[in-house]
Amino acid sequence: MQKITDRYQELRSLAEARLAVARPAEKIQILIGLGTCGIAAGGREVLSALQEKLVQTGAGAQITQVGCIGMCFNEPLLDIVKPGTPRISYAQVTPEMVSQLVDDYVLGDNPRPDWAAAVIADEPFRGIPSWLELPFFRYQRRWVLRNCGIVDPELIEDYIARDGYRALAKALGEMTPEGIIAEVKKSGLRGRGGAGFSTGQKWQFCRVAPGDVKYLVCNFDEGDPGAFMNRSEVEGDPHRLLEGMAIAAYAIGAHRAFIYGRAEYPLAIQRLRSAIAQAEQMGFLGDHVLGSDFSLHIEIKEGAGAFVCGEETALMASVEGRRGMPRSRPPFPAQSGLWGKPTLINNVGTLFHIPAIVLQGVDWFSQVGTEKNKGTKVFSLVGKITRSGLVEVPMGTSLRTIIYDIGGGIPDNKKFKAVQTGGPSGGCLPASLIDLPVDYDSLAQAGSIMGSGGMVVMDEETCMVDIARFFLSFTQSESCGKCVPCRLGTKRMQETLERIIRGGGREGDIELLSELAETIRDASLCGLGQTSANPVLSTLRYFRDEYDAHVRDKRCPALSCEALISFYILPNKCQGCGICSKACPTQAIAGGRRMIHVIDQDKCIKCGTCLEVCPSRFRAVTKVSGEEIAVPKEPVPVGSVS
Amino acid sequence: MRSQGGEANLREAIDAILAKKEGGPRALIPLLQAVQGEFGYVPEEAIFAISQKAGVSASEVYGVLTFYAQFRLVPQGRNVVKVCRGTACHVRGGPMILRTLENQLGIRSGQTTPDQEFSLEEIGCFGSCSLAPVMVVNQDTYGRLTPDKALHLLEGYRNHAKDN
Repeated sequence: MQKITDRYQELRSLAEARLAVARPAEKIQILIGLGTCGIAAGGREVLSALQEKLVQTGAGAQITQVGCIGMCFNEPLLDIVKPGTPRISYAQVTPEMVSQLVDDYVLGDNPRPDWAAAVIADEPFRGIPSWLELPFFRYQRRWVLRNCGIVDPELIEDYIARDGYRALAKALGEMTPEGIIAEVKKSGLRGRGGAGFSTGQKWQFCRVAPGDVKYLVCNFDEGDPGAFMNRSEVEGDPHRLLEGMAIAAYAIGAHRAFIYGRAEYPLAIQRLRSAIAQAEQMGFLGDHVLGSDFSLHIEIKEGAGAFVCGEETALMASVEGRRGMPRSRPPFPAQSGLWGKPTLINNVGTLFHIPAIVLQGVDWFSQVGTEKNKGTKVFSLVGKITRSGLVEVPMGTSLRTIIYDIGGGIPDNKKFKAVQTGGPSGGCLPASLIDLPVDYDSLAQAGSIMGSGGMVVMDEETCMVDIARFFLSFTQSESCGKCVPCRLGTKRMQETLERIIRGGGREGDIELLSELAETIRDASLCGLGQTSANPVLSTLRYFRDEYDAHVRDKRCPALSCEALISFYILPNKCQGCGICSKACPTQAIAGGRRMIHVIDQDKCIKCGTCLEVCPSRFRAVTKVSGEEIAVPKEPVPVGSVS
Repeated sequence: MRSQGGEANLREAIDAILAKKEGGPRALIPLLQAVQGEFGYVPEEAIFAISQKAGVSASEVYGVLTFYAQFRLVPQGRNVVKVCRGTACHVRGGPMILRTLENQLGIRSGQTTPDQEFSLEEIGCFGSCSLAPVMVVNQDTYGRLTPDKALHLLEGYRNHAKDN
């Protein structure tokens, strides 16, 4: 039988030869970021403008679609590679810009440094900085995201040419399943889904569980609001997930695997389907992988919209075609999982780490991170942040580095108030903890969790009581209803929080919330319930004064809770220009030419449009909470009120 | 979306969809997805047909379909507007987008306009958080919204029948 490594080399040469034909080196390459974000930012319009311009001018260039490189704040992104020159990345490209770029750089020789964000190369190029110099990338360590935004996700050859499936060949050709598990254990990799359990140990449990039939499930049910790491990873580099899965399946002895994907991620699912077909066609999946005795068939299971299905026992129920309700553990899935068989469930992020650990070894992997938290972690950095996007940093990197150095701090000169990590199971960390190292243990100690990697930055205009209510209403509506503490407890907490932000807070509410929170945490059946009170507990711990202001003074210090704020037009400042009354979506502003305008408080929906449109030279609109401003009842001529 | 004739036609159409699919209990969710993919909702007749095909009771089919947010028992409007209620959208003005659309359409989230033109929904999170606030109309994602921009986009869909 042909050796597995030889077979791999053969396939690799084939892939490289195909790539050379598909993407000839002498041709100008134009790469366009068309992940979900790129498309939403207008990437498709840029693409059609580009295609039109190329036809019009007859400029010869090849267009490739790539996934997201993480600079979401710069979408739509478009990159140009001329033969023998580095790849130049252009930011926030519009259809008009793309037409000019073709004239200036594709046809001409002006690389337009004024529009370029960076060159994707180690050295600067003609006045354009290297991407490694950009603050956004300088502190990152792109291991998991290595190929995202670089390769064409719909072309397996592109992945193979960048060492893709080499780790699988090494695993099958040179390593025993036990040997792989030992390596993964030694690497210190912990589950990236959020709980942080040792991945190697989880594999071992499944490996040693008795039974001939075992299953592998990839948890791609990324449901945390504010998190999109897995979507981006899969959209940008689907083969890496398949390779990680193949290695995991070989290690535990599974021949069938499932990817449980979110229904809300149609593009990712579509890319996975085509990736599986390509991998099977080339022999990286299917029967006798790379000519070995190992076979693996991967099937995609589309979720149907239930957050609780991220919990592993609920996920299995859903794969089996039932309602996604969790059950108590033990038995753990490793003993009795899908259809009663030993089952390994790993998160997308965890599996993305596997090829590199196998290929580059344990020492390489554990060179970054902290003692108990090895390797890197991908975060989606969003909210009130200047440079939002997908970032990958060594474990233990401080919040300050992530938020200020990489993210560029808070926009519009606003003050940083808190960062929310871990989604609905996590908590809000205050500005005083800005130097906290980000790892499983430090975050847990501070009252939040690592979670899957969502990081939502909040500024002074975000009300922490409202955030707690927001998460509680999320968990409440996603509670499956099986156990009483979660079903009723979250409902009561949500009602109490709703009442507080509407100005109906009562003495004793805060104590009631704390008591409910503890009961729900201790008595719920699954992780969803047990952690559902974290957003309340953490905001109570760090922002108690905001709760007090809402309950006692009926005041929202962040000027955010609609029931507790009012907009007024200051009579001594209004010049009667009428801009606000025209812009008001509910016609709540009465006025007239040179008349002091007045807001009808009953009609006002507190949208803030008037505040936004009032010319800055007047600044006549004000937003207040807990106070009333004396204004005329009806419009009066400008100047009649001092 | 396919137009609906009489009851017999409906049953025939359902059977035609199911005939192409695998059966058995583990196929229950994919069967429901196939029917909804065709009709835009799961007609009551389909519950019984799926129950036979999957080999589970009709009450179990009903239990599963009402458990998952994706499934609907009533038809949707010609355009489906989904507003993201993710965390990033929440802190960047998502609730105001929803409110503006509710005001404009005269319906609440979860409802359909009487002329069947628009359905309005909230979705957990689309994972396009960097472009918050976000909404999806039919298959198109729109980011960096303002109330004004959302209204403008909405008008573009009016009387614009859904594809196929």
